[in-house]
Amino acid sequence: MLNYIWAFMVIAGVVWAALHGNTAAVTQGLLDSAADAVSLCITMLGVVSLWTGILKIGERSGLIDRLAQRLGPVLRFLFPDLPEDHPARRSIAVNMIANVLGLGWAATPAGLQAMKELAELEEERRAAPPESSAGRNTAAKRGAVWRKPEKGAAPPGTASREMCTFLIINISSLQLIPVNMIAYRSQYGSAAPAAIVGPAAAATAVSTLAAVLFCRAMNSKKGT
Amino acid sequence: MSFILWLSDHLIPLTILYIVGFGALMRRPVYDDFVEGAKEGVRTVFGVLPTLVGLMAGAGVLRSSGLLDAACGVLGRWTEEIGLPPRLLPVAVVKLFSSGAATGLALDIFKTYGPDSRPGLTASLMLSSTETVFYTMSVYFLSVNVKKTRYTLPGALLATATGIAASVFLAGRM
Repeated sequence: MLNYIWAFMVIAGVVWAALHGNTAAVTQGLLDSAADAVSLCITMLGVVSLWTGILKIGERSGLIDRLAQRLGPVLRFLFPDLPEDHPARRSIAVNMIANVLGLGWAATPAGLQAMKELAELEEERRAAPPESSAGRNTAAKRGAVWRKPEKGAAPPGTASREMCTFLIINISSLQLIPVNMIAYRSQYGSAAPAAIVGPAAAATAVSTLAAVLFCRAMNSKKGT
Repeated sequence: MSFILWLSDHLIPLTILYIVGFGALMRRPVYDDFVEGAKEGVRTVFGVLPTLVGLMAGAGVLRSSGLLDAACGVLGRWTEEIGLPPRLLPVAVVKLFSSGAATGLALDIFKTYGPDSRPGLTASLMLSSTETVFYTMSVYFLSVNVKKTRYTLPGALLATATGIAASVFLAGRM
């Protein structure tokens, strides 16, 4: 995706400049931007390594696991049909906590693990729908009932309700402290680089609230 | 709004206090852990340097060629109607696909208007409160071979639009 966006930016920009006689400005723009990128990285080195250091303490001391355990009520509300003892619960909780803290590298593996476990859950639901008899059970295993799934089980290749909820909440952004943005702002001479922390948390809360309401509305719909 | 501004001042110190305090209570070698994490941070930043050079150069070409201003001029009348400064529309659209490219455009806004200007603040909040919708969906769903994503995309776009609206609103009040 980035390959297309980047190629578009460069090619469209240069062609436009050639048509409008701005090529000298483009040369200057390119050189300035490359130099800016390097000085930006130097500023980021301080902020980002400070933050990854602090968060490493949180990871090693078991704080993230501890916080994930406390998410129980939240997960019951968001995933009413997810069995209480299912392993996906833990992965989802770790993913969410890591996202809140801005630990991208810890969030993604846990998130992919959660997707895998949710896919397995859906597999079990398809194989053994709640009201199925033994005969239908074997039929389901042979893949004969895909056309008419039982309530709650999504056909293969289709997202389950839990997957939809999980991804929508994830994409609504959960990050509490936008560390990178603070670094960018201080590099460009902001008088108060961290002044955005509160409003950013508020905007994140609002977008997450919209996501939660949407998912609850979709969850309470009948059928799959 | 005063609580939100209070949060800006206190959230980072309190989070650090909580994490370091918890680590000390658990009798962890907190300083050793810190240094190890900081090393990872240094590697991460050097890792993104080539990406940043590429993306900021791309954004630089778009701006210095005059194409960005021309596009914003055309779209400007429409985006002004919904309260979004014209320069921010490309940031919002590109962010759906790539966080890095959107950052490149946002840094360009910082450079042109300053990070504490209205567009600078709005861009800061927008990028902090939205995620890369299409990138995240493709990575997560491809990992389990799901093709039909049902209501994920509408839900994700709704959340993103809400985040952008909240950013525009809050930046106007800072």
